[in-house]
Amino acid sequence: MNRKYWIFSLAFLFFLSCSKEIVSRFQGFKQPVDFPQPVYRFEDNPISEAKFELGRKLFYEPRLSRNNTISCGSCHIQSSAFTQHGHDVSHGIDDKLGTRNSPPIMNLAWMPTFFWDGGVFDLDLQPVVPITNHVEMDETVENVLAKLRAHPQYPSLFKKAFGDTAINTARTMKALSQFMLLCVSAESRYDSVSRNLGVSFTQQEQRGYALFQQKCAACHKEPLFTDFSFRNNGIAIGLNDDKGRYLVTLNPADEYRFKVPSLRNVEFTAPYMHDGRFITLDAVLDHYRGQAQPTPNRDPLLASGIPMTDQEKTDLIAFLKTLSDRRFLSNPLLAEQ
Amino acid sequence: MKNMILRLSLLLISVSMIFSTCKKEKLPVPGTQVEMTNMSVEFDNIVGGQNLILNAVNYTNAAGEQFNVSLLQYYISNIKLRKADGSYYTVNQDSSYFLIKESDPATRFARFKAPVGDYNQLTFVLGVDSLRSTMDISKRTGVLDPAGGHDEGMYWGWNSGYIFFKMEGISPAAPVDPTGQRKFRYHIGGFGGYSAPTISNIKTITIDLAASGIAQARAGRNANIHLMVDVLKAFNGSTTLSIGANPTVMFSDYSVNIANNYVSMFYHDHTEN
Repeated sequence: MNRKYWIFSLAFLFFLSCSKEIVSRFQGFKQPVDFPQPVYRFEDNPISEAKFELGRKLFYEPRLSRNNTISCGSCHIQSSAFTQHGHDVSHGIDDKLGTRNSPPIMNLAWMPTFFWDGGVFDLDLQPVVPITNHVEMDETVENVLAKLRAHPQYPSLFKKAFGDTAINTARTMKALSQFMLLCVSAESRYDSVSRNLGVSFTQQEQRGYALFQQKCAACHKEPLFTDFSFRNNGIAIGLNDDKGRYLVTLNPADEYRFKVPSLRNVEFTAPYMHDGRFITLDAVLDHYRGQAQPTPNRDPLLASGIPMTDQEKTDLIAFLKTLSDRRFLSNPLLAEQ
Repeated sequence: MKNMILRLSLLLISVSMIFSTCKKEKLPVPGTQVEMTNMSVEFDNIVGGQNLILNAVNYTNAAGEQFNVSLLQYYISNIKLRKADGSYYTVNQDSSYFLIKESDPATRFARFKAPVGDYNQLTFVLGVDSLRSTMDISKRTGVLDPAGGHDEGMYWGWNSGYIFFKMEGISPAAPVDPTGQRKFRYHIGGFGGYSAPTISNIKTITIDLAASGIAQARAGRNANIHLMVDVLKAFNGSTTLSIGANPTVMFSDYSVNIANNYVSMFYHDHTEN
C-alpha cells in the first residue's frame, strides 16, 4: 500500500514537471479545438522554432525605432495581453502620443484585418506601420534592415532561421509574424468550461454568461469574442474627429466605425475603446446601458442601448473575467528573453 | 478472335502513341525558337513645351498658378506589346515593375526582354495592379519593397497599398503648411481595396506607335520607345486642378480627378531602333 502510494506520488510529480516543461517549450502553432480555421496563410510562412525565436527577438528590439528606444514590446506588454496598460493612446518615440489605443496582440492568426480601422489586410505588412509612424517608432524599414545587418547577432540568427545571412523586408516581417501568430490565448476558464474540462462557472458567472449571450454576443462572437466587423458603438465623437474605418474605405457609411475588439483578457486590457477613454469595465457597461449616442452610423443593435440592472452589470463583469488567460499572460515563451 | 483483339489493341496503342508524340513535337520548345532581345521604354518628363527641371524652374498651370516641381516619381508596370500580326507579347510580370524617378536619370528607362519582331502598339499600367498589391510580401521585391522611406517612399503602410504617382513642389498659390512652406503634395494611389471596395486609380495606357515609328526589335540591338510625359496634364485635364484649392491630395475621393487627368500625360515622340 505504502509502495503504491509512493509510485502514485512519483508519477504525479513526474506528470507535473512534464506539463510545466510543455508550457515553456516551443510547440509550433497549436490550433485550439473549437476555434475556426485561421485566415493567415501559414503555407507562405511555415512556422519554425528558429523563425519564431528571431521574431521574438525582433519584437523586443528597440533598434526598430529611430533612436533605438522603442520596441514593439514597449506598447504591447505581455502582462496586459500585449496592450499598453495605463495609456489611453500609445506612447511612442520622444514622448509623442498617437491617436488610438494600443490593441492586444492575441489570436492574430484569425484576424482578417489589423488596426482599429482595418487598414492593413496582411499580418506580414503590419509592422511597417508602427516602424514608420512618426509618433511611434519614426524609422524607415530600410534603416532597420541596415541596423540589423550591422548587428553582431542578427546575421547568424537570420541564417539559422532562413538558411543564409541575407536580411530583407520579407524575412524580417515574416519572423515578426511568427512571434505574433504564436500569441494564442485559448486557455481561459471560459475555455475550460466550454470544453468540459471539469471546470464550471460560479452561479454569478453563469448568470453573466447568459446575459452576455443575449446582449453582447452578436458583435463579440464566441469563441474569439469578436466578429471582426466595424461598428459605431455610439461613443461620443472624439475631439480629434477620428472617423475610423472611413479613412480606409472613404465610404460615408463607415464614418466613426471601428473594429469590434475581442473581449478575451479584457480584465487586463484597460483602458477601453479606440481612444482609451474608459478606464474601467464598469464605465464601459455604463456607456452601453445608457449613454450610446445617436452619432452618424451608430449600430442599429444599440438603438436603445443595452438595458441592464446593477446586479446584471456585476454578473456580466464576473463572466468577462473568466476570459482571462493567465497562462497566456505569463507564458515565458512569449516574454523578452 | 482472341488474336484479332490483341492486334486491334496493339494497333490502337501504337496509333495513340504516334498521335501523342506528334502533338508534343508541335509545341514550341521555350528558348530555342523565340529569339529574345533587349528593349526599353523611355519616360521623358516634361512640363508642356519645356523640359522638367527639378526645383529650378517655375511653370504655370491652367488655373494660372505658378509652381515648381521638387519631386516626381511614378510606377510603370505590366508592359505589353502588339506585333504587326495583331498578337501580343506580355513581359514576364515579375520583371515588369518600374519606378520612374525624376531625381534619378537612370530610372527613366523601363528595360525588358522581348522576342525579335516589329511592334506597333505599347500598353502599360500607371501604378501597381491589384493582384500584386495583395500578394505575399516575398513577391514584393526591388521597387515594390515596402521598405522605402517616408519622404521618397511609394507605399502606404497604414492603408496597405502603393502610391502610384507622387508629385510635390512649391507654389505661391499653396497656403503655408505646418512646415512653413507653400508646398503642394499629390500622392495618388488606391488599387480598389481588399477587405472592402475602395477607389481604384490604376490606369492602363495604350499608345499607338505606328505614327511616330514602330519598334523594330532586333537581335544584338536595343529598340527604345521614347515617350514624353507631360506632367502639366496632371493639372490640366477634365478637371482643372488648382493648387490653391487642393494643395494636398492623397487617399481621398478627389484623387480620382487627378488620376483621370494624368492618364493623358503620355505621348509617343519617336523610337530609336
